Amino acid sequence: MSEEQLLSLLQGAWGTVLLSGLTLLLGGIAGLALALARVSALPPLRRLAAAWIQLIQGTPLLVLMGVCFYGPALAGVGTVEALPAAATAMLIYASAFLGEIWRGCIQSVHKSQWEAAECIGLSRWQRMRMIVLPQALRMATPPTVGFAVQVIKNTSVASLVIGFAELSYNAKVLNNSTFQPFLYFGSAALLYFAMCYPLSRWSRALERKLHAHRR
Amino acid sequence: MHTVVELQGVHKRFGSNTVLRGVSFQVARGEVVAIIGKSGSGKSTALRCINRLEQIDAGQISVCGHALHAAGLDLRGLRRDVGIVFQGYNLFPHLTVLQNITLGPTAVKRMPVGQAQTLAQQVLARVGLADKAEAYPEQLSGGQQQRVAIARSLALQPQLMLFDEVTSALDPELTGEVLKVMEQMASEGMTMILVTHEMAFARRVADQVIFMHQGQVWEQGGPEILDAPVTPELRSFVGTGL
Amino acid sequence: MHYEFDFASVAAHWPLLLQGAWTTVQLSFLATLLGFVLGAACAVARGSRYGWLRAAVSGYVELIRNTPLLIQCYFLIFGLSSVGVTMPIMAGATLALVINIGAYSCEIVRAGLESIHHGQLEAASCLGLSPAQVFWHVVLLPAVERVWPALTSQFVLMMLASSILSSVGAEELLGVANRVQSDTFRNFEVFLLLWAAYLALACLMRAGFWLLGQLVFTRRRKLGTPL
Repeated sequence: MSEEQLLSLLQGAWGTVLLSGLTLLLGGIAGLALALARVSALPPLRRLAAAWIQLIQGTPLLVLMGVCFYGPALAGVGTVEALPAAATAMLIYASAFLGEIWRGCIQSVHKSQWEAAECIGLSRWQRMRMIVLPQALRMATPPTVGFAVQVIKNTSVASLVIGFAELSYNAKVLNNSTFQPFLYFGSAALLYFAMCYPLSRWSRALERKLHAHRR
Repeated sequence: MHTVVELQGVHKRFGSNTVLRGVSFQVARGEVVAIIGKSGSGKSTALRCINRLEQIDAGQISVCGHALHAAGLDLRGLRRDVGIVFQGYNLFPHLTVLQNITLGPTAVKRMPVGQAQTLAQQVLARVGLADKAEAYPEQLSGGQQQRVAIARSLALQPQLMLFDEVTSALDPELTGEVLKVMEQMASEGMTMILVTHEMAFARRVADQVIFMHQGQVWEQGGPEILDAPVTPELRSFVGTGL
Repeated sequence: MHYEFDFASVAAHWPLLLQGAWTTVQLSFLATLLGFVLGAACAVARGSRYGWLRAAVSGYVELIRNTPLLIQCYFLIFGLSSVGVTMPIMAGATLALVINIGAYSCEIVRAGLESIHHGQLEAASCLGLSPAQVFWHVVLLPAVERVWPALTSQFVLMMLASSILSSVGAEELLGVANRVQSDTFRNFEVFLLLWAAYLALACLMRAGFWLLGQLVFTRRRKLGTPL
């Protein structure tokens, strides 16, 4: 592998990191909103959020990307940039899954905590913000870190319909011209592994610590 | 064969903890032996060594003609001859009562299913649960589950039955039904070894009582030793009723 | 809004799209079945007393779970053809999916196996059952019943992810839809249709697994309680 080919792979890896970071940040915000909607006191809001999450979780990411890439044509937008389209699709996808994970964590905070907070006169929002969410978020850390691994891997889908220049895209381009699949896809795999494996390990360690603490 | 079980100088260690220090006793055919003692005295461990759930470090054990300390032991043959009932019943939750009982005969003795089911119905009747054949364990009370566990072992027609604190996990009003079944088995001539806390039962049914303390057979004899203990340890054990 | 929806020209290709959907169903069915068997075998191997076997399975599972399915596909399919192994595209695609599903199923089934109480194993072995018999009668079925929801979710996700195989030329639903796109230039309509189609497939798949669970796990059907 020449130096510029290696550089191309590393630039692709940077694209992966960039897209992953945007996804987690924006998807995280949207996911929190969805989680709160799912546990809201208003039944229509709960049902809407639940339906939306079901919809997104039943959609292939690739299809979502297609919709986000070709959709803007409806509003008369001429050219769609790769990164915004990919980031939009991924944030929709991530928010649905993170919303479900976090809803599960909020609901598994013991009911007695809610009741105790109500007894000291806190409003619903105060209860959520000061008592329940901090505990829920601590429980949520292991699966969220685990989901970050999914996000990094799923950025590869952006190389297909949208053609965003992340790691998989660059590796494919290199293979197209040199026909050395083991070298380039193998190197790409190594780079993905280097990004994902530490997070996987960390997630498992967090999980163990959490359960040890609760025992 | 008159002696069904013989232990000689049995030692057992768990890591650095020596649980059995030279345990020796014999059980004759048709005898009912009650093993009593405080927790940690090694009584459950001694029982579990008899059907090879635990392996001994030194000494000899002979059970139903099998030499457990020797190489080339036919473990499955041993397990067919020795039945065991656990404190936690350990019924298979995904199988009905009937299926729990027929599993042993069909899988191990290669009995045809129809024959196994007839046998199962018979042992169920013996423990007084003939109408519960199609129930699942979770639908039964603790006492009923334990009786099914006894039936499950009986279906293999063992020569020896081991009972490991089988009533300790039950509510007091449910222990009676289980003890009744065990008493009936004793009167029918089954060789039984029970680790138990039920002193009244031991007094009434046991032929031999073995008191274990600190991994040794501390005192043994007929059930009268419960009323007239010789050693101070047994005296304080019986006195506290533990 | 000056975009004119034209579903008609897309809908005209319905035989082709149906064929693609059927290919996706067949692909998912086969890959799920084989992947599950592979995963279950690996889950058992994880508890083996041979250190090398445990390490090999661990390595396989970690590698697959920390790299994207797309790269695994590219590596397998382009890699094989580069060393002269020509395999029909569908076979290659199925293989890639099986390897992927195997790794994820292994973890799920492993959790199920470990949830079986030790006392059950003792009781079974004390009835005289051989280790293989203990596994078959007392461990496997309850373990799979416990993790059935998790397995169902994973398999549905894999079916959705199979859309990626279009990138290596597999003529599954998305691959076929790409051809329709290049014919009609109605990209957005095609993707909307795909969205509906995959949602329907996901629903059908969930229903199918639920039905299978009811058939196989008699206790659950009769009592309705979790194990």
